[in-house]
Amino acid sequence: MSALGVVGGVLQPLLVAAGAPLLVGVTRQVRARLEGRAGPGVGQPWRDLRKLLRKEAITPRGTSEVFRLAPLVLVATTLVVAVVVPFVTTDSALDPVADLFAVVALLALGTVAVALAGLDTGTAFGGMGASREMTIIALVEPTLLVAIFALSVRVGSTNLASIVASTLHDPARVISPVSLLAAVALIVVIVAETGRLPVDNPATHLELTMVHEAMVLEYAGPDLALVELASAMRLTVFLGLLANLFLPWGIATTATALAVLGGVLAFALKVTLLGAVLAVGEVFLAKLRLFRVPELLAGSFLLALLAVAASFFLA
Amino acid sequence: MNLAQSGLGTAVAVGLLSALAALLVPHRVRTAVVGTGTAVCGAAGVASGIGAIGGQTFSLTMPALLPLSGITVALDPLGGVFLAVTGAVVVAAGVYGIGYARHGLDGRLVQAVLPLFVVAMLLVPVVASVGTFLVCWELMALWSLLLVLAEHKRRPEVAVAGRWYAVMTHLGLVAILIGLLVLVGNADGDSFAQLREAARHLPPGVADLVFVVTLVGFASKAGILPLHAWLPRAHPEAPSHVSALMSAAMVNMGVYGIARVGFDLLGGGSRWWWLLVLVLGAASAVYAILQAAMSTDLKRLLGYSTTENMGLVLVGVGAAGMFAAAGNTVLAGLSLAAALLHVINHAAFKTLLFLSAGSVLHGTGSRDLDELGGLRRSMPLTTAAFGLGALAASALPPGTAFVSEWLLLQALIHGLPTAGVTTAIVMPVAVAAVALTAGLAVASFVKAFGVGFLARPRGAGAEQAKESPVSMLIGMGMAGAASIVLALAPTSVLPGVGSVAARTVSAPDPAVADAVTVRLSGVAGSLSPVMLAIALLVTIMLLFGALRLVASRRARRTARLWDCGAGPLSARMEYTATSFAEPLQRVFDDVLEPETDVDVTHTRESSYLVAAVEYRRRVPDRIERRLYQPVLTLVSGWGQVGRRLATGSVHRYLGYGFYTLIAVLVVLTVIR
Repeated sequence: MSALGVVGGVLQPLLVAAGAPLLVGVTRQVRARLEGRAGPGVGQPWRDLRKLLRKEAITPRGTSEVFRLAPLVLVATTLVVAVVVPFVTTDSALDPVADLFAVVALLALGTVAVALAGLDTGTAFGGMGASREMTIIALVEPTLLVAIFALSVRVGSTNLASIVASTLHDPARVISPVSLLAAVALIVVIVAETGRLPVDNPATHLELTMVHEAMVLEYAGPDLALVELASAMRLTVFLGLLANLFLPWGIATTATALAVLGGVLAFALKVTLLGAVLAVGEVFLAKLRLFRVPELLAGSFLLALLAVAASFFLA
Repeated sequence: MNLAQSGLGTAVAVGLLSALAALLVPHRVRTAVVGTGTAVCGAAGVASGIGAIGGQTFSLTMPALLPLSGITVALDPLGGVFLAVTGAVVVAAGVYGIGYARHGLDGRLVQAVLPLFVVAMLLVPVVASVGTFLVCWELMALWSLLLVLAEHKRRPEVAVAGRWYAVMTHLGLVAILIGLLVLVGNADGDSFAQLREAARHLPPGVADLVFVVTLVGFASKAGILPLHAWLPRAHPEAPSHVSALMSAAMVNMGVYGIARVGFDLLGGGSRWWWLLVLVLGAASAVYAILQAAMSTDLKRLLGYSTTENMGLVLVGVGAAGMFAAAGNTVLAGLSLAAALLHVINHAAFKTLLFLSAGSVLHGTGSRDLDELGGLRRSMPLTTAAFGLGALAASALPPGTAFVSEWLLLQALIHGLPTAGVTTAIVMPVAVAAVALTAGLAVASFVKAFGVGFLARPRGAGAEQAKESPVSMLIGMGMAGAASIVLALAPTSVLPGVGSVAARTVSAPDPAVADAVTVRLSGVAGSLSPVMLAIALLVTIMLLFGALRLVASRRARRTARLWDCGAGPLSARMEYTATSFAEPLQRVFDDVLEPETDVDVTHTRESSYLVAAVEYRRRVPDRIERRLYQPVLTLVSGWGQVGRRLATGSVHRYLGYGFYTLIAVLVVLTVIR
């Protein structure tokens, strides 16, 4: 474990946890401005979290430990991912421990925990959200893994640090067909996994359209704070993953203070930009009907498959 | 006498003695004696298998014991893996059976057959001549058939399942018989050593024929498409510890057969053999897990999941064969190691799942997920066991299947750069199939665990559920412990399995494992499940501590669920397994072809008022209907035609005999 890895391992989860609500604040603010509203300001998600943390914890009648543990598991999986993935530094504290497959599986584990919590409440809303979320997860998986396959071919490894390092060495690869196709496929997947438009609307509380919100309907107080924080962190992690898999520039390769500071700033900038682009996109998009979502995901799967084909036939 | 030899001897002796004891000892202690004997037999099998994996081999020939062929036994490392896995499943199932069999399964016959089944199954991967192999194979099928039929008096479906199983397992046997006899016909004798020798100079067409025909037989035992139809019928209807033995141990013999014939006896063969294996495996995995996602019967769901996992194993075996045929021995070893590790992992978690499903059946009297729910309060240990099994089966870290599927994916993705066009097309599609399977498996097991065990009881049985007796819990505990060890410390078994796989395809060892990290050798890749689990645990504890510091200190308060202000929620308003699977059913509508019926009954006064609405949904097995139904109709049609010949008149039958004799004599005079 190198010094750089340790710095990254400590800095990245803190940065993700602290910055994620701000990122959500930025996306909401951008949206509000484009829709002609003043908006609550970038710090509003943090203020909401503070308010929720001060409230008493509520256990809905008939729920079990699964319901109480799920928010902790959700946040923990995201934090572990934030340690593993090279966001700020190319070395990771847990480098040989987990690769891109493990990262994807860890994020899925968090989703599964929340889905079980939704089923545990025994309400129709909880079951509905869990059922829809699991359908989407099952369909997203092929795209995700085939896209990872496409990215790993040129490196010969699914290790994240190797993929990032190889892009740093050979910048021309970013505009190769493999990268572009895989990037588009991954963007669709990220939109689906983080529950953004057009797959899910994070601002809705209408039963016909809810996916993520339906599962977490029964949460209140500090538990809800954890769930909200986790969904913001997942957005950050996914956008960070997208940024650094395809545009890793600025990431710290040495453990000097200047390089690490540059890494932090570059990461914050990239993720904020991507978040703003996402918000702009959402203004112009309506939510898809749930049963049109598979078509979108099938399209992204095709792109991922083309990316792998390109990596072989155009290499 | 080494460990392998003495272990096997003990296993066979103890098994046969237990069968004898079942017939002799009084009813009161029968299940305890047989259960303990079976468990000891299994433990001896594990010891023998571990000895064999460690390099101890032995062979034994007893020409007088079996007419015509004699008995030939030769334990090698490949057989040792399957012997050890079977033995381990037997230990857990044997202990579990002590408590489970007390309710109607403690008759002399059923109790005597269980150890006999176990002995036959332990011998299949050990024997080394075609005659002995076929005898053990058939005994394994027959004894298991008797066990499947154990509860036929209580439920009529058992007899139907038994018929399907009997017919299909014998068709499989016929296929294996034909294949192996063709091979024997070209050799000097029927021992595996002689077959290996003969396979070097077989005419090319013959080797192909032998492989394909035996593949049909072995694939039907492993529940591979399209010969899987017996599996989701027979496994649910068998008593649960027998289901565990069949689903976690017996199906593995199909994989063993394919590996033994393909890699060992025929020495590799051409690439298209293994492409066929891989495609069959991938199709089975996706189709079966889709059926599992639709299934509302807990044990049927687990049965389909068995087909799915065997499919994944065959993807690994097929990839190994393709890489070996292309000369890429590093990846061949890696793929086969992934497949063997998945066999071991699947055995552990499927035993756990079937045993806990049996516990649910024992406690509630139902295995219909739509009737279950809320078992967490009344059956906490069973719930924990099933939860662990579900995590293990859904390929998420820190679960058991995650490690083997990770190895499999690593093998598949590294195949691309050096490949030909066929491999370049097959590998991404295989990765996608594995990924879709993994995703649907997550959905299936979230459904099984979330609907079956969490929330509120949906039926009377689930409301009055009670926890199972201690012996059943111990059996589940053993399987659970094995799952945990395999999930966190795959490094403890991977070197052994890797070297066996490597030897089978003559490759270098595929993975280097230190205490915590699995590192692939030859290709880049590393994973440390235990570190990942520790990282998760530490993070959860840190978070918990941080929350105590930051969040309000007020006590937790219980509150009503959100019921839209319409009064208390009843169990009827909960999501069921059927409704949980509905979105997936719609997405895969074209594949599944579900049947839905809506019957609306109107009130007498007006046809605009509805008195009752009845909704029925069934997701029949499409392959079964398209492939089996026409064959069955044809056969029964021929049967009807044949009946005209049999009128019941003795004169007619004597006449048939006479004319047949004349005809034979005429034919003989003509051709001689």
